Amino acid sequence: MRRLWPWLALAVGLIYFILPLLGMTEFSLKMRRGVYSFDAYAKVLADPRFQETFTFSVVMALATILFGVLLVVPTAYWVRLKLPRLRPYIEFVTLLPLVIPAIVIVFGYIRLYNTSSWLPLTGSAMGTNILLIFGYATLSLPYMYRAVDTGLRTIDVATLTEAAQSLGAGWVTILARVILPNVLVAVLSGAFVTFAIVLGEFTMAALLNRPAFGPYMQLLGANRAYEPAALAVIAFAITWGCMALIQIVSRFAPKAPVNPH
Amino acid sequence: MSDPFLSIQNVRKSYGDVTVVKDFSLAVEQGEFVSFLGPSGCGKTTMLRIVAGFEEPSAGNVMIGGQDVTGLRPNQRNIGMVFQSYALFPNMTVAQNVGFGLKVAGVPKAEAAARVDEMLNLISLPQLGDRYPYQLSGGQQQRVALARAMAGKPQVLLLDEPLSALDAKVRVSLRDEIRAIQKAAGITTIFVTHDQEEALSMSDRIVVMHGGMAEQVGTPFEIYNRPTTKFVAGFVGTLNMLDGTVTDPATGAVRIGDDNVVMKQSLNGAKAGDTLSLALRPEAISLGKQPGRDASIGGTISEVSFLGSVIRVRVGLGKDAVSLDTFNNPAAPPPRVGEKTEISFSSADLLVLH
Ligand SMILES: Nc1ncnc2c1ncn2[C@@H]1O[C@H](COP(=O)(O)OP(=O)(O)O)[C@@H](O)[C@H]1O
Ligand SMILES: [Mg+2]
Repeated sequence: MRRLWPWLALAVGLIYFILPLLGMTEFSLKMRRGVYSFDAYAKVLADPRFQETFTFSVVMALATILFGVLLVVPTAYWVRLKLPRLRPYIEFVTLLPLVIPAIVIVFGYIRLYNTSSWLPLTGSAMGTNILLIFGYATLSLPYMYRAVDTGLRTIDVATLTEAAQSLGAGWVTILARVILPNVLVAVLSGAFVTFAIVLGEFTMAALLNRPAFGPYMQLLGANRAYEPAALAVIAFAITWGCMALIQIVSRFAPKAPVNPH
Repeated sequence: MSDPFLSIQNVRKSYGDVTVVKDFSLAVEQGEFVSFLGPSGCGKTTMLRIVAGFEEPSAGNVMIGGQDVTGLRPNQRNIGMVFQSYALFPNMTVAQNVGFGLKVAGVPKAEAAARVDEMLNLISLPQLGDRYPYQLSGGQQQRVALARAMAGKPQVLLLDEPLSALDAKVRVSLRDEIRAIQKAAGITTIFVTHDQEEALSMSDRIVVMHGGMAEQVGTPFEIYNRPTTKFVAGFVGTLNMLDGTVTDPATGAVRIGDDNVVMKQSLNGAKAGDTLSLALRPEAISLGKQPGRDASIGGTISEVSFLGSVIRVRVGLGKDAVSLDTFNNPAAPPPRVGEKTEISFSSADLLVLH
């Protein structure tokens, strides 16, 4: 009897999550009358706008990850090493994007960097893309920072830094050869979350008017029947793929050294 | 005498109101092995980190090889450092760890590889170059850390309690190994420890630290046999503390317990009736009258511990008591508690403490 309730809860949960997915997947396969087919998927994949927006978002995601890593790893490292008392505050700041709506951030950006401002980033496609990368990096900050900070906790940052310094290494060498490789797994899991966020993001890309995947999904959803379902399944598959990669990568976390303390 | 190779001049270090190192001066010769010995919290690590450049002294200078390095960053000082926690880079193999400093310094690949091999041979781990730190025992990790610190031929080698995290057996064997490697390389070394046995067995000289100050500097022999302060005497080795009352400063007569001892050493200007702090090592005392020992005091046996080959006996002398060791003699039973006895020693072995 005792065993029954957990199983029941699990079953209810699974139905709650999986049933809509199954329904959607089934629907996406019904484009051709009377038989199941991948017609909707073929249509979506063949759409040049799908290819454009998807490529655009993948490139943006990679750029965001690069920017995020360059921003977060040195910051989290420095805070742990030199400003441990500021850690709670920094953590609070990195969590702000969870409570501040993306739309607020974008309007802030547009006010600050519009064509008549001191730094008219929105004046060019490149500038707007850069702004979008900043926005995406902000959205992924809570996940990226936490992942990296947790990774840093597994190594003795202070002593490894001093060991490297005594061997003649400067800050760049220490970050690139000692710190980053040891938190790489954490960085990668942060990177996959970032990837998933950027691929699905709508508000920022739409308001900055960039040809991203999120607005495309929205547009398609408003105008078609079967294709949006297929697209949603594809998006789900990508997100889940990222989650699976996080799981796989964390299996390869470097083994903790024999701890003498 | 040449100028010292490493010279610490009037260094002070304060954190806020707390002064952790007070007016510390020391001159170390090239190739010398000097230990900082003292209880936890006495400032050993802080002083070592000032030499390494991880801490900036509040006052004073550090000179290495005639150069004032006080203002230099740690990565500009050409020092080797070994930590208690080994601090090997977990993402690198043993060989990469050892070769890290060489790579940073831009040493050509072939030359660096040869040097790494040489170092791995030196620490007797030539076959472990491809292993990762987590695959090694603590003792092996610390030997790799030593090889890594020495690979770049640093001017000074600094070790902060490198053996404290290891189990007793490894600790003792690694002691000898570190000392042998240090001697062979002729590298000037500072070794921090709170373990007097380590300091006594490894060092050319020992700096006994207490409350941020160098309390006494000397060879292990001097530190052990001629401690100049109560603290040093108490911290290094087992020591019997005795109070002596000066009865005749002119002849050096001092009463201990119920007997008089004539001391040959200076009584530090004590007058008749003054109380002196005296100390005796257990191994300087014998039970019963012994030829060649000029002083003897009557007492009562208060404790007997049979430790196997050695019997530790405690003898009460008035209000003081002393411990001494005698060898087990299978032909004679050990002394019994309550027996009247006599201890004898050379009055020259009595230490007068400040
Ligand atoms: N960064 C610091 N800030 C404040 N106090 C410190 C700092 N580092 C060390 N101390 C204090 O200095 C004293 C000496 O420390 P340390 O040199 O580590 O001693 P030891 O190595 O002899 O055990 C200790 O009381 C310690 O609390
Ligand atoms: Mg210490």
